[in-house]
Amino acid sequence: MALLQVNDLEVSFDMRSGSVKALQDINFSIERGDRVGIVGESGAGKSVLGFSILNLISRPGSITGGNVLFEDRDLANLSAKELRDIRGNRISMIFQDPMMTLNPVLTIGTQMIECLQAHRKINKNDAKKIAIQKLQQVYIPSPETRLDQYPHELSGGMRQRIVIAIGLLMDPEIIIADEPTTALDVTIQAEIMELILELCERNHVALIMITHDLGVISQVTNRLFVMYSGRIIEQGPTKEIINDAQHPYTQGLINALPQMTIRGERLQQIPGSMPSLNTRITGCVFHPRCEHAENTCTRTHPKYTTSGGCKVACHMVEKMKSQPLLSE
Amino acid sequence: MLAFLIKRLAQAIAVMFVISIISFSIQDNLGDPLRELVGQSVSEAERQALRDELGLNDPFITQYLRFAGKALQGDLGTSYFFKKPALEVILSKLSATLDLVFGATLIIISFSVPFGVYCALKPQNWFAKTIMGLSTIGISVPVFLTAIGLIYIFAIELGWAPAFGRGETGSFLGLWDSAFLTKDGLAHLVLPSITLASIMLPLFIRLIRSEMQEVLQSEYVRFAWAKGLFPNRIHYVHALKNTMLPVITVGGVQIGTMVAYTILTETVFQWPGMGFLFLEAVNRVDTPLIVAYLIVVGAIFIFVNTVVDIIYGLVNPTVKLIGNK
Ligand SMILES: Nc1ncnc2c1ncn2[C@@H]1O[C@H](COP(=O)(O)OP(=O)(O)OP(=O)(O)O)[C@@H](O)[C@H]1O
Ligand SMILES: [Mg+2]
Repeated sequence: MALLQVNDLEVSFDMRSGSVKALQDINFSIERGDRVGIVGESGAGKSVLGFSILNLISRPGSITGGNVLFEDRDLANLSAKELRDIRGNRISMIFQDPMMTLNPVLTIGTQMIECLQAHRKINKNDAKKIAIQKLQQVYIPSPETRLDQYPHELSGGMRQRIVIAIGLLMDPEIIIADEPTTALDVTIQAEIMELILELCERNHVALIMITHDLGVISQVTNRLFVMYSGRIIEQGPTKEIINDAQHPYTQGLINALPQMTIRGERLQQIPGSMPSLNTRITGCVFHPRCEHAENTCTRTHPKYTTSGGCKVACHMVEKMKSQPLLSE
Repeated sequence: MLAFLIKRLAQAIAVMFVISIISFSIQDNLGDPLRELVGQSVSEAERQALRDELGLNDPFITQYLRFAGKALQGDLGTSYFFKKPALEVILSKLSATLDLVFGATLIIISFSVPFGVYCALKPQNWFAKTIMGLSTIGISVPVFLTAIGLIYIFAIELGWAPAFGRGETGSFLGLWDSAFLTKDGLAHLVLPSITLASIMLPLFIRLIRSEMQEVLQSEYVRFAWAKGLFPNRIHYVHALKNTMLPVITVGGVQIGTMVAYTILTETVFQWPGMGFLFLEAVNRVDTPLIVAYLIVVGAIFIFVNTVVDIIYGLVNPTVKLIGNK
């Protein structure tokens, strides 16, 4: 039994112009202690995927196909109480922007204690002690005084530490971190990343790290999902993908990294941009931007090809291997 | 705290200055004070002499300063009709008007908050849709129609509540009289309070609903769900508190304005308040009374705004009135 299993997940948003699929054909499973990275351009569906693991897709959106199983239980079939029992307790999520995540009118203490009290019978004083202990774990100085403070009295980095501490309160099995450092100062980014990694390793928590940053991914995760336009187009061991990406899109992402570029040369960008969800593309979603695309690519969406430890959704994998482009 | 007081004081002075200019212009242009003092039979020469003596021929500025100086000492002139200090006449009607404003505010708060919240939480529910539909109609129905409708149904047909006057009043420690203190007074309060409330209630329901809907979409509410909190806690602690912040600000201003809306309600229900008196004063061209009314209403407006600011500061932790603890 996998801890978390996602089968053929499809999420759609009902827009005025019709329904659009924000996620489709999503399949993966996660075990205790796994560290998984999700990368992809803005709008690829990373956050939507994170939220659907908690069954937190809200109004215009809904899960329209497949399922998410937590310990073999389908989240869609759970009662409100059973869902509450998973959210914040077994799976917690760290949001992108710590400035928006904490409620501005409640103290840090209130926002921590309420979470403990929602999940178990515990009096205020004991809850306070646990809160202080968790704040210490995320290296917040003088945690007692923080409890009485409001979010606006703290810096962004401090707030994100508090959000992480809240995520740890119930010792969850899975933590989903949705770009936890994008909104922070560059100097603090590495600290927060290290903190999350350390906490996950120490407590044997499975981590799902969503990010734009392939550099971070290679340090923090051991498995990688590359998303494009609502699909996972390549997944496998992080090392393998970083060293030898099979999908032209992943190759493009890696070549666009600054450290992959020779000094003085221009950054290599993938030409074009990801289509918005309501433009219909037949065949492979990536083919309009792909330099390897051939006729087959415009006709059907590729099934996964297994290549080493990786699964790649590309028609041209074999062909690219036997005859690499001359430019490379 | 000091900065807050200074800001408030500056605002109060500015508002009072504008009101005093308007009031004075009215006094200067409405009716001829001489006619009130002397009859028609006085010769033109004598009139001029009297004008000079009274300072009516002085430049506008001089006259205004004289007016403002007296006003600062609480002297707003003598009512032509009542032959008593205008301010005293107006203030004697203040408690009746405040009864009405208070009653209407009570109704607005106790209905708009639950209805607005309900409509935000269950927008698809038939009851929410009914409330929203009624509030749309409510906004467009004129007050006098509401009043006449209420009088017809509840006073004339059903005979449940009286439609005229203030009824018996009780005295609060001998300092203040109020219709809230007697059964008869309360009965008399019902219809006019509902009428006055009907102007703002639909607006408040809509305001609370839309603010709450926005808050429910926020990241911190989503995070609260992700924490696995109870829905009640999310709705009534996380969302409602943030919803009420803008509502308090807008609402305070609206309740201040309601004092002015009392004119119509008081007239229809023959409620012996300032608004009723004001309309009479206008008919009688009793300028000192008109001026006194404007100034008292201005003062109430400033007072209400100050109270609202203080409440806002208490609810919103990001605003500090009293400096750092
Ligand atoms: N509330 C919503 N209403 C309509 N469409 C939405 C909504 N939320 C997400 N989407 C759609 O889902 C797509 C994926 O969004 P998502 O937020 O998951 O992107 P992302 O990969 O997290 O991007 P980023 O890196 O910018 O955070 C978006 O392109 C958008 O069209
Ligand atoms: Mg995102």
